[in-house]
Amino acid sequence: MAVHKVVGIETEFGIIHRCMGDSNPVAASSMIINAYVNGFLCQRVSWDFEDEQPGADARGFNEFDALAPEIETHLVNAVLTNGARYYVDHAHPELSTPECSDARQCVVYDRAAEEILIRSMQAANNLLPDDEELVIHKNNSDGKGNSYGCHENYLLDRDVPFGRVVTHILPFFVTRQIFCGAGKLGVEVPMNDGSAPPFGDRPFQVSQRADFFEEEVGLETTLKRPIVNTRDEPHADTRKYRRLHVIIGDANMSELQTYLKLGTTSLVLAMIDDDFLPEPLTPLVPVAALRQVSFDTALSGLIELVDGRRLRAIEVQWEYLDLARKYAQSHGLDPVGGDDIGNDILDRWEAVLTGLESDPMGLATQLDWVAKLRLYEAFAERHGLDWDDPKLAALDLQYHDLRPSKSLSRRVGLERITTDDEVDEAVSVPPPTTRAYFRGRCLDKFGEEIVAANWDSMVFDIGTDPLRRVPMLEPLRGTRAHVGSLLDECRDAAELLRRLGN
Amino acid sequence: MAEREQMRRSAPRETESPAPQDTSSEGATELKAELDDLLDEIDDVLETNAEEFVKNYVQKGGE
Repeated sequence: MAVHKVVGIETEFGIIHRCMGDSNPVAASSMIINAYVNGFLCQRVSWDFEDEQPGADARGFNEFDALAPEIETHLVNAVLTNGARYYVDHAHPELSTPECSDARQCVVYDRAAEEILIRSMQAANNLLPDDEELVIHKNNSDGKGNSYGCHENYLLDRDVPFGRVVTHILPFFVTRQIFCGAGKLGVEVPMNDGSAPPFGDRPFQVSQRADFFEEEVGLETTLKRPIVNTRDEPHADTRKYRRLHVIIGDANMSELQTYLKLGTTSLVLAMIDDDFLPEPLTPLVPVAALRQVSFDTALSGLIELVDGRRLRAIEVQWEYLDLARKYAQSHGLDPVGGDDIGNDILDRWEAVLTGLESDPMGLATQLDWVAKLRLYEAFAERHGLDWDDPKLAALDLQYHDLRPSKSLSRRVGLERITTDDEVDEAVSVPPPTTRAYFRGRCLDKFGEEIVAANWDSMVFDIGTDPLRRVPMLEPLRGTRAHVGSLLDECRDAAELLRRLGN
Repeated sequence: MAEREQMRRSAPRETESPAPQDTSSEGATELKAELDDLLDEIDDVLETNAEEFVKNYVQKGGE
């Protein structure tokens, strides 16, 4: 039986500081997070780096030339009462959602992340002089060749050979962009053979990220980015679990896309855990196929496969969907959160593929890339603009602008799958169904007695030496069902630790 | 493979019946009006100096 697909998203946000002089993005990012932490939280708890090993490789070795990601322990790093981590990564504010027990819950926390950034931005701007402004975008590139990520995380069974994961997830990642892409004007990386980018009738791509991938498999995240990232850092019991760290995705403004991205990937990974999948539809040249699919807004191009066949990206997706339907019949849908959500993911997956097959432009209220394409076409026509006009490039950035007064994605009529009320609650309250519940509730209730926290432990200072570390190696323990009444009853951390038997 | 799926796959967009504009011109007009309203709104909120805005939008790489 597949491991329950606990999921999370880490988003690096674009940031600009509008001011007279030069601005420093690290300082600007720190200002954003500090404004939030100091303005909205009573106390501040730091991240604990004790167990971080981002250089560990799922293939069991460290490539001699692979650069282990750096951890910048000196930068701002906070843990929030909703169980999220909010920090400065390189030159961006980054927010990792708490661990979630299904795709829909994670969409709520992804939207809560946007809300946290919006509140941070407003709090920071209140502190700045009137002629300065910090502006946050939820996007993946600046249009000039600099990219930053929106990473997904999925819990996997440690016993599954990593080679099997790579084999079966690769064709899925190459093709899922047709419904996961956030869309992008133009191209940022020259084609390998120096040829002109194979745009359709518009200089527009399905994906923000496809330009930036050069390898099929690897440990890197900033150079020679791989389609399948091998970082092996489960933040859980390493004997039982892996965490698949997915770096290929776009940051979506569309809730439906985030939902589909997490839901369909969880399903495919459950099938991989259970060794359910037959021979994969492996592209002959996956990296080239990734870019080809991104340029193909007509969805008509054929991908050459290792087995000699030629299929459209959408046909590869139909195949995964068919297999997932069969898997649901034979194995059930518990690993993705049960029948209700599992069937909803399957139905929406089928609906989006059906829509893409018959009339992609009909999905303008569902998919970011289609919403953009429709908007840019109408805008260019109204104003008689060429497609290289900077006004269109400005639209392509402003689509992702988080300022409610400026955001274009909030104006194009995207369908919602969350409500404002649940997003508002998720800003400060943790998901009840994972260990994030324990983390968040402890921070809320015993914050002054917590020295540090990270994904799989919390460190308490209850006034006696030494500090007490509470391990949280099981992502599905520490839920409201497990510890809700205990946390309600305990008056201080000492009592909590005593009753936990720590 | 289920029949439903076969039909789905063997119906490339080129061979589908013409777009149903004739039967839903009302819907199309409504859509057009919606899009016009959206464009009006976007004209209002678009960054005033687009060229400058785009030029100054430089990020460091991340991840």
